Amino acid sequence: MEHLELFFKSIFIDNMVFATFLGMCSYLAVSKKVSTAVGLGAAVIFVLAVTVPVNWLLDQYILQPGALQWLGAEYADYDLSFLSFIMFIATIATMVQLVEIVVEKFSPSLYNSLGIFLPLIAVNCAILGGSLFMQSREIETIGLAFNYGISSGIGWFLAILAIAAIREKIRYSNVPAPLRGLGITFIITGLMAIGFMSFGGMLTGGDDEGKKQPEETAKVEKVNKKENKLAENTTTINE
Amino acid sequence: MGLLSKKDTKLITDPLADNNPITIQVLGICSALAITAQLKASIVMSLSVLFVLGVGNVVISLIRNIIPSKIRIIVQLTVVAALVIIVDQVLKAYAYSLSKELSVFIGLIITNCIIMGRFEAFALGNGPWKSFLDGIGNALGYAVILVIVGFFRELLGSGTLLGFPVLGDPIKKTGLYAIGYENNGFMLLSPMALIVVGIIIWVQRSRNKDLIED
Repeated sequence: MEHLELFFKSIFIDNMVFATFLGMCSYLAVSKKVSTAVGLGAAVIFVLAVTVPVNWLLDQYILQPGALQWLGAEYADYDLSFLSFIMFIATIATMVQLVEIVVEKFSPSLYNSLGIFLPLIAVNCAILGGSLFMQSREIETIGLAFNYGISSGIGWFLAILAIAAIREKIRYSNVPAPLRGLGITFIITGLMAIGFMSFGGMLTGGDDEGKKQPEETAKVEKVNKKENKLAENTTTINE
Repeated sequence: MGLLSKKDTKLITDPLADNNPITIQVLGICSALAITAQLKASIVMSLSVLFVLGVGNVVISLIRNIIPSKIRIIVQLTVVAALVIIVDQVLKAYAYSLSKELSVFIGLIITNCIIMGRFEAFALGNGPWKSFLDGIGNALGYAVILVIVGFFRELLGSGTLLGFPVLGDPIKKTGLYAIGYENNGFMLLSPMALIVVGIIIWVQRSRNKDLIED
């Protein structure tokens, strides 16, 4: 159930393009034709599905405050979270290089049509954003991290597919000249985002009330734990 | 301008309007849209990008001759990531609530395409001083759009500017509210950022017909 909820939530409600504006550059630049849009969307799904779990492992066992405990008790106080940007981006750059090699080998035509945008996936905010949101939302298991990666990738895919289809059709309409191209794309994306906002109510119906209670207490416990840890730290300093 | 030659001045003024990174080059849009619900956040974001792009351009241009071209993207990303870590840590130390508000978007400066775009298009082929000016110019062009969008969204959305009420008090019904004006909460939601940028593009291209696409 938790998986299903996260799945639909990341596709529709927290859609990367419409709710958080991630990956807008390539979204705007590669959405002129449906075929290239599909290729890029698939590459984004794949890269997200690989990098988010890998970065989850990095976060869990190296970066988080106290994550280095498995090395020995003397490392328990280490907090390397300031290094997360550099670690995440290194993982992403490696994975993108891998995708580039695979695509070039198996589908040269797609490789040529994507052109510069394949290496640019490395600097697509959606990919890094996925990992950073995974970190800031404290996703708990690696399965959920994988789910999060793949479903937010699908959300992005859906968005670029929709806008590419609209842009192919809009070529035949009489758009005011200064608005042609980029301007109208922005406004259509805005309107689509308004549409996607209506999905916000999707997961709040049903048996939610029964479920919310334990979740909140769990959160409170977590906060208490953090506070306790803080208190412990300060007492040790005071001593 | 005694200090800057005509060409150098152009490096700074060009990206402000006719070659604006956001509305013409279509770069760096993610962060431009996500944090503009308030003017203050837009300004802090602009300053961060100004720092990262200015310094990053100089660093890349200094080491441009020793970077092997095959791994240049990783080298560039490392330089940017290091600079962004500095910005992030400074913000966390001196403006914690603001850095909480900007959440992941400070980190996303790393993947801001303006930065990679300028490295690729300019810093790899030009000297440090020119690259610095180019970086500053493009960051200012980015800042202009961010500030305009932030200004309208905060003014129309919550009736304040930088947190100060400028349209009167909505609860006591003073100022504009006395004659029936209501805050348009919709401006604070994400879709309106897209539409505001769309309108900016519309205005800009109506004024300069050369920019109109096909």
